[in-house]
Amino acid sequence: MSYVELNDIRVSYDNKTDILKDLNLSIEKGELVSLLGPSGCGKTTTLRVIAGLIEPNDGEFIVDGKNLTKVPVYKREFGMVFQSYALFPHLTIKENIAFGLKLRKEKKSSIDKKVKDILAITGLGELGDRYPKQLSGGQRQRVALARALVIEPKLLLLDEPLSNLDAKLRVAMRIEIKRIQSQLGITSVFVTHDQEECFSISDKVAVMNKGIIEQFDTPEEIYKNPKSEFVARFIGFENFFDLTPIEKGKYKTVDGTTFLSTRQWEPGKHIGTIRPDDIDIVSNTESTATNTVSGTIKVRTFLGKSYQYEIETSIGALLVNEVDDVIYQVGDTVTLMIPAHKLIIV
Amino acid sequence: MRKNAGLQIFAWIVFAFLIVPLIIIVVTSFGTNSTIQFPIKGFTFDWYGKVFNNESFMNSFYLSLEIAFIATVLALVVGIPAAYSLARHKVFGRNWIKSFFLSPTIVPGLVVGYAVYQFIVIQFQFPIFQGLLLGHFLICIPYVIRVVGSTIEQLDFSIEEVSWTLGCTKLQTFIKVVLPNITSGIFASFMLAFINSFNNIPVSQFLSGPGVTMLPTNLMNYIEYNYDPSVSALSVVLMLGTIVLMFIIEKTLGLTSIS
Repeated sequence: MSYVELNDIRVSYDNKTDILKDLNLSIEKGELVSLLGPSGCGKTTTLRVIAGLIEPNDGEFIVDGKNLTKVPVYKREFGMVFQSYALFPHLTIKENIAFGLKLRKEKKSSIDKKVKDILAITGLGELGDRYPKQLSGGQRQRVALARALVIEPKLLLLDEPLSNLDAKLRVAMRIEIKRIQSQLGITSVFVTHDQEECFSISDKVAVMNKGIIEQFDTPEEIYKNPKSEFVARFIGFENFFDLTPIEKGKYKTVDGTTFLSTRQWEPGKHIGTIRPDDIDIVSNTESTATNTVSGTIKVRTFLGKSYQYEIETSIGALLVNEVDDVIYQVGDTVTLMIPAHKLIIV
Repeated sequence: MRKNAGLQIFAWIVFAFLIVPLIIIVVTSFGTNSTIQFPIKGFTFDWYGKVFNNESFMNSFYLSLEIAFIATVLALVVGIPAAYSLARHKVFGRNWIKSFFLSPTIVPGLVVGYAVYQFIVIQFQFPIFQGLLLGHFLICIPYVIRVVGSTIEQLDFSIEEVSWTLGCTKLQTFIKVVLPNITSGIFASFMLAFINSFNNIPVSQFLSGPGVTMLPTNLMNYIEYNYDPSVSALSVVLMLGTIVLMFIIEKTLGLTSIS
């Protein structure tokens, strides 16, 4: 049994459409798990169910062997960091952080020590006597994190905590969150729609779509082996075309060309997908060879490190990124090579 | 901004139209003649002394203060939780309830006064003081609900949620997190409700009784039979009071955010 378990969680506001459909998720102790998905996929709802801010219509939520489904939010003792930071405007940073400890009726000396320690860990040192409005976005973020961590929560919940920061600070803060999280060994759930952010800090990622988890794996596994078309699209696969399976590892395209793939295949899957980076343009090969398709360049876009070509082929429009010195012109006819070890079937 | 001479002159005329009668009242309160006269012939503070020595005025002044204060406090006690509930919960018929709470500002005071008199005071044999209090409570409540409600709506809901996650019950959160952050709204609604209750005539007119008269009603009755500058003097005292209160509101919240 895992440390945290969500079993068949269903959430519906009107009992007609389900926001979460029989969702299952297991999190091990000390792991940082991300919920990744587009807006409206149910990731924040899942987090709020875990926090106790939403009561699920069906299903059960278990932490450390205890069923917490009906336990109200204020008795769960989870730390939560909100997108807006949600600092108490009328309290100083120290008072904000001590808020949860005071409710636990701890001794003043113990509270002072814990607040001091967490201020040091989160790098807030001298800011303790200021008010939230006197701090920058990054500092507020740290306070929100400190306030959630100081109560030594069983779970740390982070709801898009980095989305209000500028790009540079976001990278710095995510490293910071990862450092503190692993230093304290605290089991965490992180909600985000940014795949790079999510891959860089998570032990495991749950890609969500329309209230279900499409894939729950390590970041590497999701990046390399997406299990569904939705996951593939979400993490940057942009070329999709129909294939007809013939035998193990062998497929036919709509125009009859044979495509080989060394990647795994499950019955029922018939869409080939590949990243724009993984297709090669080969000038003068026979276009009848396996894993090749020829086409005409329609659009050329300069991306900085490479050119992106939109190429009209007999199996559909394909996007190709090429770093090569050879620059093709719009209207050129080219042959595309789709490597068998990069072609994924979803 | 470009200055438009014609518009400026017009603005000054409007301003004068509003302010001149007030200036006349202030000036006449210092007149020596026994009836109100403008311009004045001599200068005296006697009328102010007369106001403060007039037992009827002072009694009704204290009564007005008392009623306005208690009614406002009651309106806060009832109105703050109501405003919170309307702002935060999906109450059935929320917009209807909101309109209902605001209706005393839209319905003429005469109607409110008459309705309370006819259907509550007479029906249930209410004592005069309690009847007046009820009427004034009705004057106060819309201001509390509206001003406090808009302050609560501007408050980030997630600070309440975060307080729950830290271990506060909903009631503790309301006291420790919500109330300290809406003090400006509470203060402003207190001032507005207090001023409106204190200056109200139509409601008081219906609900006053022998020996229990609110200051504005008393003042009106006085004017009917007397025309001496003590009326002006009293008006000046009341204006000063209102100016001080308005100044405090302006400093704490800004009038624009209320109206």
